[in-house]
Amino acid sequence: MAKTTSAAFEYAPAPESRSIVDIKPSYGLFVNGEFVDGHGAAFKTLSPAIEEVLAEIAEADQADVDAAVKAARKAYDKVWSRMPGRERAKYLYRIARIIQERARELAVLESLDNGKPIKESRDVDVPLVAAHFFYYAGWADKLEYAGRGADPQPLGVAGQVIPWNFPLLMLAWKIAPALACGNTVVLKPAETTPLTALLFAEICQQADLPPGVVNIITGAGATGQALVSHPGVDKVAFTGSTEVGKAIARAVAGTDKRVTLELGGKAANIVFDDAPIDQAVEGIVDGIFFNQGHVCCAGSRLLVQESVFEELLERLKRRMSTLRMGDPLDKNTDIGAINSAEQLHRIRELSEVGDAEGAERWAAACDLPAKGYWFPPTIFTGVSQAHRIAREEIFGPVLSVLTFRTPAEAVEKANNTPYGLSAGVWTDKGSRILSMADKLRAGVVWANTFNKFDPTSPFGGYKESGYGREGGRHGLEGYLK
Amino acid sequence: MSRIDVRKTYKLYIGGAFPRSESGYSYEVLDSKGKFVANASLASRKDARDAVGAARKAFGGWSGRTAYNRGQILYRIAEIMEDRRPQFVQAVVQSEGLSAARADKVVDEAIDRLVWYAGWADKVTQVLGNTNPVAGPYFNLSSPEPTGVVAVLAPQESSLLGLVSVVAPVVVTGNTVVVVSSYERPLPAVTFAEVLATSDVPGGVVNVLTGSAATVAPWLAAHMDVNAIDLVGVAGEPALATDLEVAAADNLKRVRRAPAAEPDWSAEPGLEPMTAFLETKTVWHPIGV
Repeated sequence: MAKTTSAAFEYAPAPESRSIVDIKPSYGLFVNGEFVDGHGAAFKTLSPAIEEVLAEIAEADQADVDAAVKAARKAYDKVWSRMPGRERAKYLYRIARIIQERARELAVLESLDNGKPIKESRDVDVPLVAAHFFYYAGWADKLEYAGRGADPQPLGVAGQVIPWNFPLLMLAWKIAPALACGNTVVLKPAETTPLTALLFAEICQQADLPPGVVNIITGAGATGQALVSHPGVDKVAFTGSTEVGKAIARAVAGTDKRVTLELGGKAANIVFDDAPIDQAVEGIVDGIFFNQGHVCCAGSRLLVQESVFEELLERLKRRMSTLRMGDPLDKNTDIGAINSAEQLHRIRELSEVGDAEGAERWAAACDLPAKGYWFPPTIFTGVSQAHRIAREEIFGPVLSVLTFRTPAEAVEKANNTPYGLSAGVWTDKGSRILSMADKLRAGVVWANTFNKFDPTSPFGGYKESGYGREGGRHGLEGYLK
Repeated sequence: MSRIDVRKTYKLYIGGAFPRSESGYSYEVLDSKGKFVANASLASRKDARDAVGAARKAFGGWSGRTAYNRGQILYRIAEIMEDRRPQFVQAVVQSEGLSAARADKVVDEAIDRLVWYAGWADKVTQVLGNTNPVAGPYFNLSSPEPTGVVAVLAPQESSLLGLVSVVAPVVVTGNTVVVVSSYERPLPAVTFAEVLATSDVPGGVVNVLTGSAATVAPWLAAHMDVNAIDLVGVAGEPALATDLEVAAADNLKRVRRAPAAEPDWSAEPGLEPMTAFLETKTVWHPIGV
């Protein structure tokens, strides 16, 4: 089913086998170390590439959330907060090792449930997940050296809500530092991508993690809301939309709950006329088409210096024509499926607004698969700063291209957004890189690269992209007092 | 016949100038024994907005100064305060009702706190930043940066030491500030503003509003060009603090929450008063030949 968009070569299909995963017909909630029934209305999770039902998933209602928080509290009081850091560390190392052992299974399951290409889940998501647990495992018995005082203490029970774009990776970003610092967790994965979190629950069982230290509850917005507003939760960690992030900030007002929010973005990717153009084109493609553009830090606004605009655009179009969209499990696939019908609708709607506001749309000619949710890599030129496609997060493979003349204009345009998650700079001039990095109001600046992640590297936003950092030594701050 | 003294008019401090409230309103300030001292300007919504505008305008320049320069300027504030020590002692005696000896100690602590923070200017980046050993050929550096424009509700009781303790940590790292003084004890804040005006602090870096936090703070908490807010001035007023925190969520301001009661300002502050208003920026660059 993989369709090449280039006339150059035809590739034979090279699908990864599904047989490595064993998906059960239905899943319960993982509370206190065991799978239990949920009391809400069960829902189905689909494979977005083929619209096939993968499994039925329990929905946690208020009472289920309550039970999960109670289990986490008990585990915190009786076991986890009392356990020496070196012992907590060994559990986390065990988990990291089991993730490595079951890496291919996790990758296939992620691609099935999410729609992302196997080459990304296999080579990016899952290795980063294992690395994240490995990194924070080592912190568990070294917290007094983290620069946060001689005797830093955990917060208690963390309520964590994560999105569907990097389901297992976001789980790792939440659970690994929380556990390393001595907290216990109740985590809710997104309703369209619960399967790898539920497999992670089995991994916790294999690791003999004490019951209640990790609880996984499934459901949609209402379940998440019940979790973050539960009085037994000491810490809320959320990754998702700015709109929901603001609702959480309102919900915790007046409480003692600590909060970290990792929210939306509309990152500028700035290309100067002295940039190595071919590398920049690769960076632009990675920046916006990686993971179908379902990336909060995606470089969704391309700012090109006027003098190289024509040349860059031509090379970008040529490169886009070679991207292969199709079966997420095919090892040659570059662009997978849009995660849900709802998200596809939003991408289409905002793209139509782009047309209506007078921007010019371009996508390489390609056939979309008959079934599933698909949107081809697309660029808009003739975009002004006032256009909605230059202001709103599309969260899909859609790039808005703008131009600039001077570095000052590039900074002005790049910072002209309520968001501040990430930015990219492409230039051969070292002093310009440092000056731009200084002036860009964003939590991560990629210079002559884009969309790079590492467990040691703090990630998080300025302004309405949220607060707090995940990753690195800085990531401990959100889980210690 | 004794000489009639020349009284001072207590005004707001916005953008380096000393305007009266645009509203034309003032309010009576009494000393600790209930005796009339002066009329202070009652800051309005418009004053708050003007102050935010001034703070935003000053942010680029102030955050762009070298850390060494910001440290020198904070130290300069301490020098000028020392120079005007009798005036501050008198202001603290008058507003807080302390003995002269106790007020003297409070002024000592306020000046010493400025010196302490002055020294942090070029050290906080080293303590809070670091390189990150990423698993790939990349240079990767995390550094703290100022959050932007910070609204500060100064403590109600500690009119000088408390004020200095919440303003200094915000500006030393490069933020600019709009501070609402103690309502009943605003005069030390005005005198402090007069020190700022003669200490090489650029106009707009610190803006001082006298008046009621309950009136002005909702506008600051809801202002879309304010990046963060310190609620310590409404300590012990949980309902108001909650409302302000809700309003602050509209643009996801960083909120330093109000404690149940005003803290002991003589305690060593630690890093938290600075880190509450810092962002971490991480820069990646490939390594290669």
